[in-house]
Amino acid sequence: MESVSESTPPARETAIDWAAYRKDFPILDQQVHGHPLVYLDNAATSQKPRAVIDSLVRYYERDNANVHRGIHELSNRSTDAFEAARKRAARFINAPAPEEIVFTRGATEAINLVASAWGNANLKAGDVILLTEMEHHSNIVPWQLLAEKTGAILRYLPITADEHILDLSKLDEVLTDDVKLFSMVHISNALGVVNPVAELCEAARKKGVVTLVDAAQSAGHCPLDVQEIGCDFLVVSGHKMCAPTGIGFLFGRAERLNRMPPYHGGGEMIATVDYFKSTWNQIPHKFEAGTPDISGPIALHVAMDYLDKIGRENLFKHDKELSQYAYDRLAEVSGCRLYGPKQGRAGLVSFMLDDVHAHDVVTIADRYGVALRGGHHCTQPLMKKLGVPSTARASFYFYNTHAEVDRLIDVVHEIKKFFGS
Amino acid sequence: MFDDLTDLYQQVILEHAKSPRNFRVMEDATCVANGTNPLCGDNYTVYLKMDGDVVKDASFQGSGCAISKASASLLTAAIKGKTRADVELLFDKVQNMVTTGEADESVGKLAAFAGVHKFPARVKCAILSWHAAKSAAQGIAETVSTEEPAE
Repeated sequence: MESVSESTPPARETAIDWAAYRKDFPILDQQVHGHPLVYLDNAATSQKPRAVIDSLVRYYERDNANVHRGIHELSNRSTDAFEAARKRAARFINAPAPEEIVFTRGATEAINLVASAWGNANLKAGDVILLTEMEHHSNIVPWQLLAEKTGAILRYLPITADEHILDLSKLDEVLTDDVKLFSMVHISNALGVVNPVAELCEAARKKGVVTLVDAAQSAGHCPLDVQEIGCDFLVVSGHKMCAPTGIGFLFGRAERLNRMPPYHGGGEMIATVDYFKSTWNQIPHKFEAGTPDISGPIALHVAMDYLDKIGRENLFKHDKELSQYAYDRLAEVSGCRLYGPKQGRAGLVSFMLDDVHAHDVVTIADRYGVALRGGHHCTQPLMKKLGVPSTARASFYFYNTHAEVDRLIDVVHEIKKFFGS
Repeated sequence: MFDDLTDLYQQVILEHAKSPRNFRVMEDATCVANGTNPLCGDNYTVYLKMDGDVVKDASFQGSGCAISKASASLLTAAIKGKTRADVELLFDKVQNMVTTGEADESVGKLAAFAGVHKFPARVKCAILSWHAAKSAAQGIAETVSTEEPAE
């Protein structure tokens, strides 16, 4: 098989030299099992550019101090950088105010924060929490915990049988008067479906239903505007968009956050503390108890700058082009079953090869240096719905190339040969 | 270059994955146990017909990857005629083999799984049905999981 470095990507309409960005990612330049690494597991986590990695070192070498507490120079620098990151995050999703950004460990913690702080204060027995059938476990389980506590009921907007997109014809049927919250994924990590979140939020808003958008897969891949989407809450994970693991944020409309009780108790989130009673700090600090991850937001700031320099519109176009190319080429492989929409998918493709189990597909691909994900992608209910225990998934980012997709297809043929299918 | 791949997917494993032996529900089983790996969706039921202390018959049903299916297939063949104590002894030998790569002479065809130790992520696939068989032989009819659920 031809190695990646030797093949030339076919000419595309876009003038951006996407392969040139690979130089910014030290990790991509390596051999795995004797082959050039082809990293196609970006939906699990993206790789980090040199600028982001350097920002961590720079912070710990020059500025490290606790935030919001000190008077000294280093503490001021840390606090300024931390709050600058908050402003940058607000700008990244066009939030009206920086106070509407609460730093969390990621999208999962952000959803748990809303489920706990908003949910416990606002839901009662019989209230309905509306989700979709393509949610990640992180947007199912926190609501199950909340439902157990409050007596609220979970309901799901179904997906269609053919292309596995949301069945909008069923929306009126499920969005009834007893629905109090509608939490939905923007881009499905298992199917690559891009959901019409603005349309869904508008329908919910008309009925006075609070909305949450899970933007874990979309924030680093396409432009996001919370005012255009019209959601109450939106959650983001930094590590899927070039930032380190362990940092993400919650956007919440100020009027919602202001009326929510705290999530965790501790330092920073208080205004005054008495032995028997305390009062709370203003938002967003009310939700940020204890010494936070400081280098995380600072590195996330660098990642957001990096992505916006490329332009998320451009990036999304490239993602979609690659995944369409992969989809079309996989569709030509006999015995390859594909999931999700035929057109307009985000940058990932879920597939099965004949009766070869996804883990066998991924094990062989790995030996050719191709990193795929095989499993249920933290969407067990969805897999059950699709009638498969698991799928193999290739997920792309802007540093992936058409040559890498070609390499994937070559490897898929090798896998078929290996299992004699 | 792919020696370790052919170590993992030895011919006997590929063959058993394609045409598993004793792949049926056993209506008159005396002991049944389920083995599941929630991380990848592998799910097998192992059926045993015990005659006192001896495994008279063994079969299995379910789905999963090539490694787990071949392992279940070879297991059912390997434990027929063995006593409970033999099954447990064999379990220990298989577990040791898939984690260290060292195959005891007495394991016979099961030695095909020695290559699994080079693929730490796949050890669970190879040992899944053995956990189920061990439970079944002990008469514990429950689902054994590769992941320990919290109480």
